[in-house]
Amino acid sequence: MSRRRHSDENDGGQAHKRRRTSEPIEIEDRLESLICRVGEKSTSSLESNLEGLAGVLEADLPNYKNKILRILCSVARLLPEKLTVYTTLVGLLNARNYNFGGEFVEAMIRQLKETLKNNLYNEAVYLVRFLSDLVNCHVIAAPSMVVLFENFVSVTQEEDVPQVRSDWFVYVVLSCLPWVGKELYEKKDVEMDRLLGQIEGYLKRRVKTHVPMLQVWTAEKPHPQEEYLDCLWAQIQKLKKDRWQERHILRPYIAFDSVLCEALQHNLPPFTPPGHMPDAQYPIPRVIFRMFDYTDAPEGPVMPGSHSVERFVIEENLHCIMKTHWRERKTCAAQLLSYPGKNKIPLNYHIVEVIFGELFQLPMPPQIDVMYTTLLIELCKLQPGSLPQVLAQATEMLYMRLDTMNTTCIDRFINWFAHHLSNFQFRWSWDDWADCLTMDLDKPKPKFVKEVLEKSMRLSYHQRIVDIVPPTFSALIPADPIFSFKYDDESGSSLPGYPVSVLVSNAIKNRASNEEILTILKEVPNPNQEEDDDEGETFNPLKIDVFLQTLLHLAAKSFSHSFSALGKFHEILKALTESDDGKLHILKVVYEVWRNHPQMIAVLVDKMIRTQIVDCAAVANWLFSQDMAHEFTRLFIWEILHSTIRKMNKHVQKIQKELEEAKEKLEKQQHKRRDSGDDEDMEKNSEEDDEGQLEEQIERLQEKVESAQSEQKNLFLVIFQRFIMLLTEHLVRCETGSVDISTPWYKNCIERLQQVFLMHHGTIQQYMGTLENLLFTAELDHHILAVYQQFCALQL
Amino acid sequence: MSVKLSALTSDSYIEISQYRDQHFKGNRYEQEKLLKQSNTLYVGNLSFYTTEEQVHELFSKCGDVKRIIIGLDKIKKTACGFCFVEYYTRGDAENAMRFVNGTRLDDRIIRTDWDAGFKEGRQYGRGKSGGQVRDEYRQDYDPARGGYGKLAQQHRSTERPNSF
Repeated sequence: MSRRRHSDENDGGQAHKRRRTSEPIEIEDRLESLICRVGEKSTSSLESNLEGLAGVLEADLPNYKNKILRILCSVARLLPEKLTVYTTLVGLLNARNYNFGGEFVEAMIRQLKETLKNNLYNEAVYLVRFLSDLVNCHVIAAPSMVVLFENFVSVTQEEDVPQVRSDWFVYVVLSCLPWVGKELYEKKDVEMDRLLGQIEGYLKRRVKTHVPMLQVWTAEKPHPQEEYLDCLWAQIQKLKKDRWQERHILRPYIAFDSVLCEALQHNLPPFTPPGHMPDAQYPIPRVIFRMFDYTDAPEGPVMPGSHSVERFVIEENLHCIMKTHWRERKTCAAQLLSYPGKNKIPLNYHIVEVIFGELFQLPMPPQIDVMYTTLLIELCKLQPGSLPQVLAQATEMLYMRLDTMNTTCIDRFINWFAHHLSNFQFRWSWDDWADCLTMDLDKPKPKFVKEVLEKSMRLSYHQRIVDIVPPTFSALIPADPIFSFKYDDESGSSLPGYPVSVLVSNAIKNRASNEEILTILKEVPNPNQEEDDDEGETFNPLKIDVFLQTLLHLAAKSFSHSFSALGKFHEILKALTESDDGKLHILKVVYEVWRNHPQMIAVLVDKMIRTQIVDCAAVANWLFSQDMAHEFTRLFIWEILHSTIRKMNKHVQKIQKELEEAKEKLEKQQHKRRDSGDDEDMEKNSEEDDEGQLEEQIERLQEKVESAQSEQKNLFLVIFQRFIMLLTEHLVRCETGSVDISTPWYKNCIERLQQVFLMHHGTIQQYMGTLENLLFTAELDHHILAVYQQFCALQL
Repeated sequence: MSVKLSALTSDSYIEISQYRDQHFKGNRYEQEKLLKQSNTLYVGNLSFYTTEEQVHELFSKCGDVKRIIIGLDKIKKTACGFCFVEYYTRGDAENAMRFVNGTRLDDRIIRTDWDAGFKEGRQYGRGKSGGQVRDEYRQDYDPARGGYGKLAQQHRSTERPNSF
């Protein structure tokens, strides 16, 4: 092996796969490859490739039928963006081999049942869509498809089921109509009209409390953030008005019409939707993200309207491409840019819109945030002459509409923009945003710029930020992230803690032991006590202040230095922070010394939680304390809070996993013992001992889980309680003063409350009962209660 | 019912590379096993001035970072352009391989690769001059990595202007 280090050209490699030499596996691999690759760039036409492939597969049917069936079922489920390519292929195969067509349809129905049973609702949509397009390929008879749709829509008549369940069945039917609406209406228009009528009735009586929580912007203009079913319904209505003329979808089967219409069709076997199960996890509702319309793309093809079915199909396909290829950004970008039919649409605009739509999706983006940043960079690389301009235009538009943008989405916008800029030498036309300089710093636009510059500084350094913005922006430049030492020789020498600080500092430099340092610290007067009690355990804020300030000052050079300091003096820190007051105070001191370096505060808090110097509830209380009120709307506060909640959640999950594993181990052992029958007494005894040990361990873990869950519940109670107090105070004050409640502070606070619900919905679900009984009661101000009710309406 | 299509589940960015640490204590098989389970990444092509804070900010976008060890010149004990980033979970490290590898930090395209795990001593450059090997032999001028390569620097210093 060469010692050559990584070269710059090798940007994420393709591993060298070694093929086995046994033949059947080779052939199966080849079949897989042929099927997966059909429809990609080729020197031959798509039609001739499909024709050729159909011939190859037909010839392989005698020996590889099951494999081919399974591969086709998989591509139907996993490659929805190539739907019509594969339905055409199946159509051709069915025309050549009627039995195969029938077996495929049956396999698809079995697969549909499986996916529904396993809560894979998104994949189930693709399967149903595939089946519906098979009507166009003369594989499935239209009337039997209509019957399936009727069965789906009848779910809306079910009582006492979650709305998200009937939503899904309606969504599936509607989302197939762009592909198969025309054909179904030609054959069964009366039934279809009845179907649509039922759907319309359902949509009218649907509850839509959840919508405000999912909207990226609160404003209706320029583009309303429509609920996804409403939007799709409008699109289908328009399609119907246009007599089901749909011109965007690529339909290779049209070229094969003469062959396909000779084929015999199959009837779908009767399919009753599986009943509602309590552990079913239906997809949660969505809002359709729109930021562009036909006025935004200056030249070239026109963007299809928001209620055109073309818009739906394009967006669906782009989302599917990202879902398939998100792990490989080069492939993903290439696939997006080679979207079939791209010459008829302003593709760059669609791509940017879909990407931001996912990035800003509430509650969470489908993929990790950083994926979208890297994908956009890749797209800029591939289309350097056009995409960066669209992206700049989009950024400008997002900036213009910050006033009504959801706070969580603004967070993501900040993080995206700063990271993006750091890849392009921070080049930006800041002067275009000079309007923010005349506004109050707490308004969304200047706040946004300030946070972007702070994040940009974290990825570079202070002077860089000073250099990249015009001098007029100086008020928005972040503070130089330096340590603020109280017991500085020049300014702090008269402070009560100064003498001890000097002693401690020297002691640490001379590698004194913990006992020696604790002895020195005993000299620190306690401002909380009148008499000089010899109670070493009482909370002495000055002692904490002196020790921690001095220690962190010595360790200020880097994260590693500070972590090392926390580790070395862990014993002392734990002793000082035994009480809740102590924990709160240590956080206060960390903030005081590092208030210009929020990034350092965050990593120190993280370390202190992990080493149990402070607990999660202490951090929550500290963030909501009066001392931190002036920082309450800054991004770093919420990053710390959510990071804290996540640590708590992971801690609980870890212990639960240990418990599960121990239980499984015990079960296995018990089975073994029962099965082994009459063995020697010696063996039996040792096995029983083992089991006894395991049972003890399980009991201990059980207690640990309960204690962790109790801590977790308490954390959420603390957080929600604090929110309620702050918000109620504000609302009451505004009411008595007859002042509008909608201040920037209020918008931030109420949306931060929403954010806690959205980001941790899975965990919070467990504690709904307690929350409703203790906190979110009917006596609460309706503004606050509305957030809770919207969360419940999501039926997460 | 259906197969896991290898063509579709391609995840090439997280595959282990051809590089193997020559100083690894153990055989090839053991090294590969560790690489496939590792939560630690080697990060290369950093500027000598890139700080732990900058690395932390960037790599935190993929998950919670457990620790960062900045690579040092063995003699000078100053940063010499590489580091190790360790995550708490492999999944987070995989995301870094997918989304941070090949992007910029401090204006430089950085490279990430799987590492078998940090051991004391591995934070030092292995070049003769104390820095990384790649900086011994390179011919180009890179102001963020000490200027010319060490060998090239020596040649330059032995060249004297012609005198009459």
